[in-house]
Amino acid sequence: MRHLIDIMDLSVKEIDELIDRAEDIIANPESYREKCRYKKLATLFFEPSTRTRLSFEAAMLELGGSVLGFSEAQSSSASKGESVSDTIQTVSCYADIIAMRHPKEGAPLAASLKSGVPIINAGDGGHNHPTQTLTDLLTIKRELGRLEGFTVGFCGDLKFGRTVHSLISALSRYENIKIVLISPEELRVPGYVRDEILKKNKIEYTEVGSMTDVMDTLDILYMTRVQRERFFNEDDYLRLRDSYILTPDKLENAKSGLKILHPLPRVNEISTAVDDDPRACYFKQVKNGKYIRMALILKLLSEVR
Amino acid sequence: MTIDSIKNGIVLDHIRAGQSMELYRILGLSELDCSVAIIKNVQSGKMGRKDIIKIDAQIDLDLDVLGYVDPGITVNIIRDGKRIEKRHVELPRLVRGVIRCKNPRCITSTEQDIEHVFRLTDRDRRVYRCVYCESKAKPQI
Repeated sequence: MRHLIDIMDLSVKEIDELIDRAEDIIANPESYREKCRYKKLATLFFEPSTRTRLSFEAAMLELGGSVLGFSEAQSSSASKGESVSDTIQTVSCYADIIAMRHPKEGAPLAASLKSGVPIINAGDGGHNHPTQTLTDLLTIKRELGRLEGFTVGFCGDLKFGRTVHSLISALSRYENIKIVLISPEELRVPGYVRDEILKKNKIEYTEVGSMTDVMDTLDILYMTRVQRERFFNEDDYLRLRDSYILTPDKLENAKSGLKILHPLPRVNEISTAVDDDPRACYFKQVKNGKYIRMALILKLLSEVR
Repeated sequence: MTIDSIKNGIVLDHIRAGQSMELYRILGLSELDCSVAIIKNVQSGKMGRKDIIKIDAQIDLDLDVLGYVDPGITVNIIRDGKRIEKRHVELPRLVRGVIRCKNPRCITSTEQDIEHVFRLTDRDRRVYRCVYCESKAKPQI
């Protein structure tokens, strides 16, 4: 049984194929309208989400399939203390494929060990978010025209930002990528990202505290939200919340071809005044997310034996 | 000091001095009914001092656990009073059920009956990480 738990579960060739498939879906949506007829997607969201859950559901509906599931742990038997393992074994009886978000790191991997149908990790705590990474890669490919030979700056909460960890992993396999990590000391990338991904793959990277100092070097600026739900301590959250806010004046020295990405939701880290800047790509990302998830659902269902 | 030779069993040799009790615990040797001898601070040409454990029974030892705890250990299989095999252990790729993940954000902190599994991610530095959350294992010994 094939699952998507970590972006590294997919080879570069498979990612390229998914991107090609997504491009084909964008160009020829009508030819995909019946591809998942009579198939059911379960969206099990033990943690709230707007984009990811609706994106998965829209993706399955556009493929002609149907959806079932829950959008918070309180409306499932998890609130009665049911284990992830039992929930998954139950839902496997009803659905053909499962997209799952859970606050605990590794929950989708634990689920995949017991599941009779493909599991897609739709975000596990501060750990991984591989379908956001596929969305980011599709967006970079469409906006920049390539997946190699660029400098990307990650800004904000790099410690708990699961989208950052997954995208850094994915980019480690492409040629000539330079990474600039922009964050306060307390929110720097975890040791495993630095040691096991950046250093091990000899990726050129720098860690800096100021966004404006490096702005002119960037081809991609990947903004992230400082996430309240990842902090045990409210004071720490409040102290770091406003650390890195992107405003039009900070873009003065940026390249004209810069692409600004953000996995969303945002709180205040990108001023709404930036939304009309042609370099802002975050709402295009949202749209791309649906298409790449359609491609992924098709792939995983086609590999079920 | 005299310790009887064993006839059929296992001798764990080249254990780093002072580590044999921890190994005894991790391997669950207290559960055995047979004789188990722990010999500490034995003179060793190679190691200066070393510990040895003799187990007077033919049991299945988890070589992965031994390799994780100390890849320098040698395992001698004894039959009819003679050594018939000498095995060198190595760092295992996966360690199951020995190390516990301490990360409160990891699924292992709440999911009952889940096996704690750690993966070797850096052989040179002997780094093991939880397969679920990637937290680094604290060295056992």
